[in-house]
Amino acid sequence: MAKAASSGWGSRVGLILAMAGNAVGLGNFLRFPVQAVENGGGAFIIPYLVCFLLMGIPLLWVEWASGRFGGIRGNHSTPFIFDSMNKKRVWKYIGVFGIFTNIAVASYYCYIESWTMSYVYYTVIGTFDGMSQQQVSDFFSSYTEIGSSHSGIPYEAVVFYIVCLALNTWILSKGLGGVEKVAKIGVPLLLIFGLFLAVKGLTLGTSGASDLVPDANALDGINFLWTPQFRSLLDLKVWLAAAGQIFFTLSLGMGTIHCYASYLKEKDDVALNSLSAGFTNEFVEVVLGSLIVVPIAAGYLGLDWVINNAGFGMAFQTMPFLFEKWGEVIGTLSGVFWFGLLFFAGITSSLAMGTPWMGFMQDEFGWNKKKGAWTFGLIVMILGLPTVFFFNEGVFDEYDYWAGTVSLVVFALAEIVLFAWVFGITRGWDQINAGSDIRLPRIYKPIIKYVTPTILIIVFLGALITPKDNDWKKAMTEKWELDKGSILAKITNSDIVVNKSFFSDHKEYDQGSGIVDTVYNDLSNPEKPVRILKVKDTVRFYRNEKGLVKEAVKEKILSNLGKDYVFFDSIAVCREYKFKWDNKIVVKKGDALKLGSTIATGNFKNKSMYITIGRVLLLSLFLFICFLVYRAGRKKINS
Amino acid sequence: MNTSALIMMVTTQALVTFLMAYFFYRVLKAPKHAEPDSYYENDDDE
Repeated sequence: MAKAASSGWGSRVGLILAMAGNAVGLGNFLRFPVQAVENGGGAFIIPYLVCFLLMGIPLLWVEWASGRFGGIRGNHSTPFIFDSMNKKRVWKYIGVFGIFTNIAVASYYCYIESWTMSYVYYTVIGTFDGMSQQQVSDFFSSYTEIGSSHSGIPYEAVVFYIVCLALNTWILSKGLGGVEKVAKIGVPLLLIFGLFLAVKGLTLGTSGASDLVPDANALDGINFLWTPQFRSLLDLKVWLAAAGQIFFTLSLGMGTIHCYASYLKEKDDVALNSLSAGFTNEFVEVVLGSLIVVPIAAGYLGLDWVINNAGFGMAFQTMPFLFEKWGEVIGTLSGVFWFGLLFFAGITSSLAMGTPWMGFMQDEFGWNKKKGAWTFGLIVMILGLPTVFFFNEGVFDEYDYWAGTVSLVVFALAEIVLFAWVFGITRGWDQINAGSDIRLPRIYKPIIKYVTPTILIIVFLGALITPKDNDWKKAMTEKWELDKGSILAKITNSDIVVNKSFFSDHKEYDQGSGIVDTVYNDLSNPEKPVRILKVKDTVRFYRNEKGLVKEAVKEKILSNLGKDYVFFDSIAVCREYKFKWDNKIVVKKGDALKLGSTIATGNFKNKSMYITIGRVLLLSLFLFICFLVYRAGRKKINS
Repeated sequence: MNTSALIMMVTTQALVTFLMAYFFYRVLKAPKHAEPDSYYENDDDE
């Protein structure tokens, strides 16, 4: 009988599936098609594949090779993997990102994962049966408001979150063997579920058209996704979006790849393994990811709807409604497959996020895997509960921005500089090729040294000073105004214009302008009556070829479809505010509002407070890990 | 579906699928490295 190693991989295929599972996440099915829709359809695939070849593959090799290099020297987390590559103290602390990012991302990622788990349950018990599209959408909103319960379980969102986190922690406590088992089951199941849904998406055609949407056609969705609009290749925004997508989809800059690869021995291959895992991720994204959400939604709701509404929320707010249209059995099965697929995509990634912490504590403080796993679960829970309770107040988004976006780019930029310039490309190239089962093209040596770092610098600068509405052409020719989502705008809080104070006795209107449409008391829930304020403003609409009038959220993309759409402005209710009963609405029907106008009085806690709480928690975590790295460093010196 | 979309989709998806299959084939066909390697399932019986 083969002996079970206390820490290590059971088989090569198991390692590749675990690495692929780490990379395959919710973004493969939700982020990729949306990015493609928003960035030139079929032409998006060209910069996407170029970035995969010039940035994705080189970074995969760098992370695999660095991980194995550190692992051979007894280090399984990035602070001391980097330390083994260069003894300057700064690298050890840059390596902190490789633990910090994982814990921070896991804390909100497990919340999304818990949604997929609970949605499997709701699908099976038939919660969505007979619901309208609006009801399915409202279901998700009320689920994330915490107080309401759909299953009879009080605080169900919190309960599902804790159950999901406990499951992750329990699997992690079994060590790499547990992670590998989940990958060996989860990845093939994910592929089967994905193939089933992709075939449905590909063959749906016009069968989903209805009186309400007579022009609905799934092929329109596929057409739009794949028709190349070559003009978009000259747009920097498209290239930055493609580079960003490659980055997130391959889980680069996280530190998980380093950790997984650190359990390899010197003569074991990294070059071919990383290509296999990378291309498995690409298969899931490009083949399956493009054939599910967009075609199915276009098949029932029309292409215009997809363009206007494409986003992360579609997975939970739209798909259950669409699956219902396939009848009781197939509909339920598809719902289970869809949320099951997202669950497996999620759990194989969140498990990977636990391993750097466990590896670090095991190496530096002698902790066993159980202690490492349960402390990981505890820290993630402490950090994650604010994202659950204050999801709608912005804590979730704040974590995602700093830990799930900015940290990755900073870390990847640092690691490529370390590998190619400090450690040295010659030694680095030898490391990538050591034990290799495939001959790598030598052209990649200069690519790793010059091209990949250049792309990463551009991506970083692009995120740092993103111009308003991501319009680079306008920014370069006219005034450079920062976008709300740029790093500089975020750091200086210039994205928060009104309701700036943490606590306030009044609420300010946060839109450009508007006219009060309705003010009323909603007593439908006697236990929790609320005051409602609806504001109307000029909204852009368009009339399609069938004469139907729809709201034009993304006019530019719709215009590019080349159809005879007529765009026009009209006054419509565009914003609804819900206030607690204790608060008082101080405006009345017909009042004109402008940015900063007082609309209600009472006691308010503003978003700015929750955002700051999120930032303080993240910073505390980062400093805590820095302290542990410092202690570990001292311990090594003393011993 | 229009022709350019069809060509783009089929070419890209076929390329990605082929490369994934090819690299997996290479992994499965690669000669086993001499012990001790990283994978405990390959280890000799005790």
